[in-house]
Amino acid sequence: MSLDAPDRGCREAPVLKERGQREVFCGLTGIIWLHRKMQDAFFLVVGSRTCAHLLQSAAGVMIFAEPRFGTAILEEKDLAGLADANTELDREVARLLARRPDIKQLFLVGSCPSEVIKLDLHRAAERLSAAHSPHVRVYNFSGSGIETTFTQGEDACLAAMVPTLAKTDARELLVVGALPDVVEDQCLSLLAQLGVGPVRMLPARRSSDLPAVGANTVFALVQPFLGDTHAALIRRGATHLPASFPFGDEGTTAWLWAVAQAFGVTRAHFDAVTAAPRARAQKAIAAHAATLSGKSVFFFPDSQLEIPLARFLARECGMTPIEVGTPYLHTAIVGPDLDLLPEGPTISEGQDVERQLDRQHAASPDLTVCGLGLANPLEAMGHTTKWAIELVFTPVHFYEQAGDLAGLFSRPLRRKALLAANQPPSPIPSPQGGGAAPSPLVGEGWGGGAPRLAPGGQP
Amino acid sequence: MKLTLWTYEGPPHVGAMRVATGMKGLHYVLHAPQGDTYADLLFTMIERRNHRPPVTYTTFQARDLGGDTANLFKDAARDAYARFKPQAMIVGASCTAELIQDDPGGLAAAIGLPCPIIPLDLPSYQRKENFGADETFHQIVRALAKPMPRTANITCNILGATALGFRHRDDVAEVTKLLGLMGIAVNVAAPLGASPADIARMGQAHFNVLLYPETGESAARSLERSCGQPWTKVVPLGVGATRDFLHEVAAITGLSPSVDESSLRLPWWSASVDSTYLTGKRVFIFGDATHVIAAARIAATEIGFEVVGMGCYNREFARPMRAAAKAYGLEALITDDYLEVEDAIAAAAPELILGTQQERHIGKRLGIPCAVISSPVHVQDFPARYSPQMGFEGANVIFDTWIHPLVMGLEEHLLTMFREDFEFHDAAGASHHGVKAQARAEDQPAAPSDADTLVEAADASGGGISAKRMPDAAVSVTTSGAAVWHPAAERELKKIPFFVRGKAKRNTEAYASEQGVAEITVETLYEAKAHYAR
Repeated sequence: MSLDAPDRGCREAPVLKERGQREVFCGLTGIIWLHRKMQDAFFLVVGSRTCAHLLQSAAGVMIFAEPRFGTAILEEKDLAGLADANTELDREVARLLARRPDIKQLFLVGSCPSEVIKLDLHRAAERLSAAHSPHVRVYNFSGSGIETTFTQGEDACLAAMVPTLAKTDARELLVVGALPDVVEDQCLSLLAQLGVGPVRMLPARRSSDLPAVGANTVFALVQPFLGDTHAALIRRGATHLPASFPFGDEGTTAWLWAVAQAFGVTRAHFDAVTAAPRARAQKAIAAHAATLSGKSVFFFPDSQLEIPLARFLARECGMTPIEVGTPYLHTAIVGPDLDLLPEGPTISEGQDVERQLDRQHAASPDLTVCGLGLANPLEAMGHTTKWAIELVFTPVHFYEQAGDLAGLFSRPLRRKALLAANQPPSPIPSPQGGGAAPSPLVGEGWGGGAPRLAPGGQP
Repeated sequence: MKLTLWTYEGPPHVGAMRVATGMKGLHYVLHAPQGDTYADLLFTMIERRNHRPPVTYTTFQARDLGGDTANLFKDAARDAYARFKPQAMIVGASCTAELIQDDPGGLAAAIGLPCPIIPLDLPSYQRKENFGADETFHQIVRALAKPMPRTANITCNILGATALGFRHRDDVAEVTKLLGLMGIAVNVAAPLGASPADIARMGQAHFNVLLYPETGESAARSLERSCGQPWTKVVPLGVGATRDFLHEVAAITGLSPSVDESSLRLPWWSASVDSTYLTGKRVFIFGDATHVIAAARIAATEIGFEVVGMGCYNREFARPMRAAAKAYGLEALITDDYLEVEDAIAAAAPELILGTQQERHIGKRLGIPCAVISSPVHVQDFPARYSPQMGFEGANVIFDTWIHPLVMGLEEHLLTMFREDFEFHDAAGASHHGVKAQARAEDQPAAPSDADTLVEAADASGGGISAKRMPDAAVSVTTSGAAVWHPAAERELKKIPFFVRGKAKRNTEAYASEQGVAEITVETLYEAKAHYAR
């Protein structure tokens, strides 16, 4: 696999900007993996019953005896001014921290209602931080759906932490973005073999491991949705290492090489370290590329992973992207991936879901990557889908997961072929008609269990 | 402000979605930000629906707030009509839009769409999902159903079934069959499966059958006022209730309540000797009030269980719930805090939980088997097979569903007889619960299982959370009185099956304190057992 850019990439391609109904989660959803990643953190959403219901529906929190996230639900008396919301919040936080002495970091998370009533959570965080220091540090960020889309919640969370990080003059690599623990360990191992170090992670697993930052810090993003965090780190004087994202053999190699160059690693040493895992990744991808090659793919906007994933599918799996939709397009961050993505697909930003569905129907792609609200309805119409959220909730970064990543896309196609081969065609019964649509790969998951692999790596 | 880690009910607009998604030809324009679209997946994933819910979200953003969110709503309503051509539209606000006070009803009326527009006023910061469903159905019926001549033959409407309801799909089918046995046809079943045009002809029916008071009672009352239709008060869950229901329908219609019962198996399955072991099994019941009240009657009078705790999460039904609990000598637990439910279950130490998906998880943590009897639902609550809860087939399904999680009769005897056996020890659990049995080293003493450590720790702290996080492994000294357990008595206690051990321990301690005994010996244990013998 070559690292050469195609003759024409997508960086200069016109972007279809859309405005209308969106079919995506809000930023609160990020709490589901962030609370697994930060093991001494509690996320307290200040919001409505809808926020609580979203979190439990998206996360299946019933698997936890007592989860490390919750919602302080605003009630009529809070809104009518009969109760002082700040006093109420202080009381709930005091009760929570008394019950959970293991909590060292508390995130007050703003929601749509708290933003609309202009509840000042920033001041509340300062007040509570002073009241509960040094045992607990209190931060705030907004995960509201009027400001953030899905993975932007993680961006808002990490960006809120950056100004509070200690200052250092040490030349260190900061790897930014939540990774499942197993992947984080692989990343650290590769960097150690290359001789790159010291390496710090943001977020850290525990508050005592939080990194310091300064003018000699160089940072690399492992998630493409971290625009605000990127800006906050630059404000602290750190230097960004732009690279394509570590998905697949090619993306991982480009990402590592960008880091290696900044730390003076020779090409010979780099090749020696990466040769074996690259060969494994290529072999694992090839097994799935046989299914994927020559097929077309259509991305609905979801996590902002769409551009790097389209690059991976186009260049390493032989697929043809028709439309690549993303909630937001940060050219400064996904630029290297846009350079590598061969020209052709429509790049769309934002969403008008009805119009996008019209385009999807017209294009009739072999595989459609979309959210959970759309997947079964599209399957029932005969389309093959991959639910996008699984791409966020499954370890997919770096060499050893490259085959798994390709497998996430090939499985729906293989499954459709299996079912088509074994069953006579029959009409799909409606739910009230006494039957169910062909099974989408729903496990214990939705509404009760959790996604099979939480990004923290815990099953 | 109230801290909530998990909630039994969603917000009221999700209730409205359950009505809209269950119906055909109706569209819901919801003034809401993008995040609220999560609710679509409840229907497309949990219920495996093959269509998107008929909901348009206006998707306003922060930058719109200073500007014109009202026009955004009008455009969304106009576009939704043009694209979907519904027979009627419901319009309303989610929690955030309620705060910006755009008046969706007034805005929708102002643009003059050529279909009935039904405004919804669902107070998000006071009420919950069931209220939202009940109120939405009520408003649709109020707007569209008008008095009209009755059908020539006796017909009824079936009220209350919604999308995402616990077994609603099959209950409607089973009750339709049951009414058919009496010679009664169904005019309209709604909301599930009905169109606005169907709602408009509901007035033709002679009476209404209310299956789910939580989501249909306001509509039943409204139709009684507007169309003069009486409605049934008995919900046909269980054998006795189904027969009562038939009699109630007979009293309304003058038809005979005697129908063919040859498909009903629960009474014989329950009477057959294999079921003897079910006698007096302690059961804790929690869920929505309708299902819990019915389940308690089935448990106590049709299967022969002992109801040791019951309650509901929907406060609107607290009064009938308390009355029902009183009949079993219990105080009803009315709460929507699952940690309170968990504490109550731990304290009651039942042998079986009948609950929601949340109680199923509580049961897993406490090591107590559970059968699901009520919403909130989960993908497993939408089985591929026909699986009603109501009517005669519903009673059969309930028997199987409740009995299967229990340790079987003979296995229970073996567990008791060979309590200290290296294969049949506590930690091994029952073979059919899907956990691999762990053989214990033969020289190792029996250790209390996690389940009874939890029970005992919860007892010791009065049910506090912190105690459960730090269970005390050594339980040699009682905490509820002055009596101390002699080591021999403690060993004997561990020979009692784990699912009744908590109860035995508490009874013995109560007996010891009553008798003024300072040290509990093996004799005290057995004297207490005789004292409390039933």
